[in-house]
Amino acid sequence: MNVQNLATFDPFADEGEAVNTQDVGSQQNYIHIRIQQRNGRKTLTTLQGLPKEYDAKKLLKAFKKEFACNGTLVDDEEAGQVIQLQGDQRTKILNFLVEEGLPKNTIKVHGF
Amino acid sequence: MSEEPLFDPSLKKRKKKQVAFSEDPLGADADPTTPAPTTIDNVTTNGDTVDMGPTTMHEQMMQNVSIDDDASKVDEYPMLVDLKKKKKKKDIPMDLPEEESGTSTPISAPAGAEDLDFSDLKKKKKTSKKKAALDMEAFEKELNEAKAKEGDGEDVDGAPIDEIDEAELGEDPFARGAEVPSVDAGGEAWLSSDRDYTYAELLRRFYAQLHASNPALLNTAGKRHTLAPPQLMREGNKKTVFANVADICKRMHRQPEHTIQFMFAELGTTGSIDGSGRLVIRGKFSQAQIENVLRRYIVEYVTCKTCKSPDTLLVKENRIFFVACESCGSRRSVNAIKTGFQAQVGRRSKNKTG
Repeated sequence: MNVQNLATFDPFADEGEAVNTQDVGSQQNYIHIRIQQRNGRKTLTTLQGLPKEYDAKKLLKAFKKEFACNGTLVDDEEAGQVIQLQGDQRTKILNFLVEEGLPKNTIKVHGF
Repeated sequence: MSEEPLFDPSLKKRKKKQVAFSEDPLGADADPTTPAPTTIDNVTTNGDTVDMGPTTMHEQMMQNVSIDDDASKVDEYPMLVDLKKKKKKKDIPMDLPEEESGTSTPISAPAGAEDLDFSDLKKKKKTSKKKAALDMEAFEKELNEAKAKEGDGEDVDGAPIDEIDEAELGEDPFARGAEVPSVDAGGEAWLSSDRDYTYAELLRRFYAQLHASNPALLNTAGKRHTLAPPQLMREGNKKTVFANVADICKRMHRQPEHTIQFMFAELGTTGSIDGSGRLVIRGKFSQAQIENVLRRYIVEYVTCKTCKSPDTLLVKENRIFFVACESCGSRRSVNAIKTGFQAQVGRRSKNKTG
C-alpha cells in the first residue's frame, strides 16, 4: 500500500472510493447528505461538500422550490457552506443532484 | 507506482456496487420499485399464455409445460425440462452460468451481500425471493421471445452479441438436438462453429471449470454468516437502547467503540454505554434503521472488498485504519469515521460554544 502524500494532481479525484493519493484518512470530494433528528418526528437534512463550481445559494433556492421545504445556508469552519433543509430530503436531494448530472458515486447518503 | 492506486479503486467500486446497492442504504425506498415490475411482468407474461393462475414458479413452469404440450411443440420440450431441472437446484451457483449472464449476476450479487445479514428477518427474505422470481420471469420472457423468433425467423445464427444467449439457447432446432449436452457440459459452443467466443461464454466456461476443480466453493456459498438482529428498546421517550451491541461486535470481530462511533456518526446523534453493556442512543430509532446502519458498517469496514469474506481484521497504524482479510490476505485502508457537519438542534443556551 503506497501512500503518496506529495501527489498534488490527482486525475481520478472524483472517482471516489479510497483513492490513496492525498492523505488516506481524509474523505475527499464527497458530497455528504446527512440527516439529523430533531424533536419528535422532525428531522433536518444537511448537504455538505458541494463542489465549488455550484452556487450553493441558487441550489438552495431550487431545493426549496422543488421539495417544498424551508432551508438555510450555514457557514461552518470545517465544512464550508452547508445547505440545511427541513425534513428528510435525502433521497430527493440525491435524485435531484443525479438528474442534474453529478456522478452518483461522489454522493454519499448517510443516516438510517 | 502510481498505476496501482489509480487502477484499484475502480475495480473495488464495481464490486462494491454489486454488493451494496442491491439492498443497502435506503433499501426501504428502493424496495417498492423492485417488486412492482414483478407484478406487471406477471400480468403481461401470463396475460397471453396463462390466466392469473400460478403463484409459485413451479406451478407456472408446470402450466407452461402443459400448454406447450397441448400445442404439441415437441421441439421446445427438452429446453423446458432443462429449465425445470435448473430451477430445482437453483441456489447452486454451478448452473447460474447456464442462464444468461445478465440474470446470473444479479442473483449472485445479492447472495453475496446477504452473506452476513440478518437472515432471520422475513422482509429480507421476501425481497430476495422476489428478486429471484423477477429474474426467472425475465428469463422466461426471453425464452418466449426466443421461441417467437424461432417461430417466424428460423435462423438466428448471426445474432448480435446482446442476443447471444437467446441464440444459444434456441439456435435452430436441428443443431440443438446435438448441442444440448455440450451446453450442459460447460458450453464450448464456439468449437463447433467458426465464430469467435463471446465474453458470456468464456465467463460461463470459467465458472464451470472453477466449480468443477474446487467444489469447496459451492459449500461455502451455502454457509452464511449471520448476525443476530439488533435488539432495540425504547427508554423513555427520547432514548433508544441497543441491547446486543457487544454481541454483534464480537461476531463481527470489531471493537465496540469503532462500531459505536460509526453508528453515532451515521445517525448524527450521541449516546453512551450503560452499566450492563448496552448502548443508549439519543433519539428514536427503529430496528430497521439500526440494521441499515449496521449493514453499511459491514459493507464498509467488515467485508473484504476483494473476496467478500467477513473474516477480516481492523488494525490501526499511524492513525490510519487498515482492513486485512484473513481468508485472502488482501489489505486495504478504510476511511476514518467522520461525523461531519452537525446542525444546531435544540436550545442554543445549552450549547456552550454557541
